[in-house]
Amino acid sequence: MAVETPLKGNIGDSIKRKEDDRFIRGKGNYLDDVVLPGMLHMAINRSPFAHARIKSINTAAAAAVPGVVAVVTGDLLAQHKLAWMPTLSGDTQAVLATDKVRFQGQEVACVIANDPYVARDAAGLIEVDYEVLKAVVTPQQALEPGAPLIRDEKEGQTNNHIYHWEAGDKAKTDEAFANADKVVKLDTFYPRCHPSPLETCGIVADVNPATGHATLWMTSQAPHAHRTLFAIVAGLPEQNIRIISPDIGGGFGNKVPIYPGYVVATAASLLIGKPVKWVEDRSENLISTGFARDFHMSGELALNKDGRMLALRVKLLSDNGAFYADAQPTKFRAGLFHIVTGSYDLPAAHVETDGAYTNKAPGGVAYRCSFRVTEASYLIERLVESAALEMKMDPAEIRLKNFIQPEQFPYMSATGFEYDSGDYPRAMQVALDKLGYKELRKEQAEKRKKGELMGIGVASFTEVVGAGPGKHYDIAGLRMFDSAELRVHPTGKAILKLGVKSQGQGHETTFAQIVTEELGIPAADIEVQEGDTDNTPYGLGTYASRSTPVGGAATAMVSRKLRDKAKKIAAHLLEASEADIEFDHGKFFVRGSPSKSKTIQDVAFAAYTNLPDGLEAGLEGVTYYDPPNMTYPFGTYLVVVDIDRGTGQVKVRRMVAVDDCGVRINPMVVEGQIHGGLTEGFGIAFMELITFDEEGNCLGSNFTDYLLPTSWETPKFEMGETVTPSPHHPIGAKGVGESATVGSPAAYVNAVIDAVGHLGIRNIDMPVTSDKVWAALNEKGAAE
Amino acid sequence: MGQAITVTVNGEKRSAEVEPRLLLVHFIRERLRLTGTHIGCDTTHCGACTVLVDGTPVKSCTMLAVQADGQQVTTVEGLVAGGVLHPIQAAFKEEHGLQCGFCTPGMMLTSIALLKDNQDPSDDEIRWALSGNICRCTGYMNIVKAVKSAAVQMKAAAEVPAATAAARS
Repeated sequence: MAVETPLKGNIGDSIKRKEDDRFIRGKGNYLDDVVLPGMLHMAINRSPFAHARIKSINTAAAAAVPGVVAVVTGDLLAQHKLAWMPTLSGDTQAVLATDKVRFQGQEVACVIANDPYVARDAAGLIEVDYEVLKAVVTPQQALEPGAPLIRDEKEGQTNNHIYHWEAGDKAKTDEAFANADKVVKLDTFYPRCHPSPLETCGIVADVNPATGHATLWMTSQAPHAHRTLFAIVAGLPEQNIRIISPDIGGGFGNKVPIYPGYVVATAASLLIGKPVKWVEDRSENLISTGFARDFHMSGELALNKDGRMLALRVKLLSDNGAFYADAQPTKFRAGLFHIVTGSYDLPAAHVETDGAYTNKAPGGVAYRCSFRVTEASYLIERLVESAALEMKMDPAEIRLKNFIQPEQFPYMSATGFEYDSGDYPRAMQVALDKLGYKELRKEQAEKRKKGELMGIGVASFTEVVGAGPGKHYDIAGLRMFDSAELRVHPTGKAILKLGVKSQGQGHETTFAQIVTEELGIPAADIEVQEGDTDNTPYGLGTYASRSTPVGGAATAMVSRKLRDKAKKIAAHLLEASEADIEFDHGKFFVRGSPSKSKTIQDVAFAAYTNLPDGLEAGLEGVTYYDPPNMTYPFGTYLVVVDIDRGTGQVKVRRMVAVDDCGVRINPMVVEGQIHGGLTEGFGIAFMELITFDEEGNCLGSNFTDYLLPTSWETPKFEMGETVTPSPHHPIGAKGVGESATVGSPAAYVNAVIDAVGHLGIRNIDMPVTSDKVWAALNEKGAAE
Repeated sequence: MGQAITVTVNGEKRSAEVEPRLLLVHFIRERLRLTGTHIGCDTTHCGACTVLVDGTPVKSCTMLAVQADGQQVTTVEGLVAGGVLHPIQAAFKEEHGLQCGFCTPGMMLTSIALLKDNQDPSDDEIRWALSGNICRCTGYMNIVKAVKSAAVQMKAAAEVPAATAAARS
């Protein structure tokens, strides 16, 4: 029997994950596992009303509970200028409410106690006298004349309008529409949903009263950026702040913003002189932390009579909640929504967006998506489905006819993105073949004759991920580069320190593989460290699929930097000229004589023991990588559904996902990421909804009401791939964590519409639940 | 105010005075410092806090510590035996059945309970058994694969001693 050689961990090797060894033993170290001596516990009293004036707050009963150490109100914070904090979108947000509450669940006061049960008991005893005001729960209501003013504390704010932003060429677009044979229109609402990582958000704040050093364990996707923002918000010297983001139980964008709880716990630790822990419960997570989407979108597509797309016009209205706290690059008011031209060669496009305040939770984050790309992808793919129906064209055919062709890359889109690479027709063909598209269309025709409803959904998404370049993309002024520091020890083992931060993506394995590929050190010999700002180089963190495009590029570049130095040492060891040294898979040799070689381990040892004259000791380096462009992952997703006319129930029969994320570092990990994204996309399409009643009560405040997909509902996925390397990324990778959530909702919904489109149904807004489908069928007289 | 309880956790008797309202999950995490059992939802939906109580999977956020008095509790920390991983642990790693790891202990314990009753479960049986445990990262496909793979390993391990005994007779 042949002995299997263990994989070294080069790029393309599906090695098993290093981080799993602790997780399968229950030995991870998540935020709530952190316990410090003398640690106190914080609980938050939250507003029961969506909009109300605070007349008074009585904390006496809470303060009298044995075990309570302090009660913190907004007035106390105001004395330290901490009652308000800046948001990532340049607005302000109340840390603890002083004047009014502006959404249900808003933070009003905090109790610090020696026991978490006592803290909760006491938080419930805080008496707040409210004068209830009329709540504004939709952006349309918010912009009506005479609507209650939500942000009355903001100087110069006379209505609930936040921003107006445009992209593309209006005149050119209008002209194309004027000359079009056909205009197809779709109004759709991408409802509010929530990333809901299984671990909620929390902090353990430990401010040492003697030294002023603050050590903050935080559920943070961006520890370095958070350190800087903490320094600015709290006025603490940045060298005294150490943020440690431990193992993270899922993020999906929810752990990008800074939340009031973090600020209060830190302030409380500073004032009391003891560590303070705050971990939110699930309802707190759902009602008060970063939500996603909530975009009302109106799209129009101009076509000629052959189905060739001429122009795209989009108007959208964004519901931003009570504070404009979207996590996105500073210059882009609606994130990167203007990628809405998608995979199509559209000569003209114009996008107009407006944002509005409502009495709902703030913090628009990109739930497993790069800055609102999901909404964009959903709109264009749904609009193309409408166009196919209106033009009586096959949905695959109309896409193939309008795709940007492989030879057009790099391609400048009508809204200003330079697509780096792609082969859209190929990805679609692989998907169609894998599904057996033609056969299924025949089956559908047969079924339709019998009155049975079957649909085939098509979606061909294009993403834009991996921000920067820093000159265009920044978060609160911080340029979106990222970093890698590599230290190769004398024995040839290495430590890689990164500015990004895994929340389950497998960085400890996959980033080691990049070093393995570049330097030949086995992945098993490379320790990857992230999350501790004292011990890792500065970076902007992990979200928007940017770890591999930016942090991964930094890792490759720092490895190459070390390889260059290693060549000098190898030349010295081999007594040859540096110019004659070649490197291949961990071995240095003189050109033409590969048998006489030195390994990277030999060279590492020499870097500390036997150096050529004039060369600095050591084999260490750091790189800060500012990407020249974003990367553009793409793919085609196909979904087959069967619909019960009696109940409206949609059964996903098949789901084929063909992804092109460029070079795959660890195919096993890539596929795992796609599975997860397809599942969250499925949840968004069919189940997940954060909605509000007329008074602004949140109706998705726990997992009874906010439905997440379980193993039972989740379909099985059939995977396919194409590989179109990114031309500007050092290893050709593009990022993959979010593609499936971006691309799949439209595929699922298009499948439903494909099943019922012949009845005249053009849209059912997500989540596409049985009752909505049945009602739509019933309206057309097609329900049973 | 405190109530004395004795719970056998991972084979070890643990006695403590607890408030009657103390949840089992807090007893396990805070008092015993076994932090592999996680809290994800507080409302019995997500299953991150699943432990085995006398062999039955229980969501420990919805059971009081006093209710576990006199019972056997198994947590993820109790799965390694003699330094060797339980087959379900090995299979979760081998089949990439976890990403962030937060749901993993609960998933594994529920799976163990399933495999005790059903040594050769189908995909649907596994999916039904795990439908009270939410995973946000993996999309479940590799979890199902892991449970199937563990089933094969456990069956083979159970059959080896039997086969050896048969050969001897």
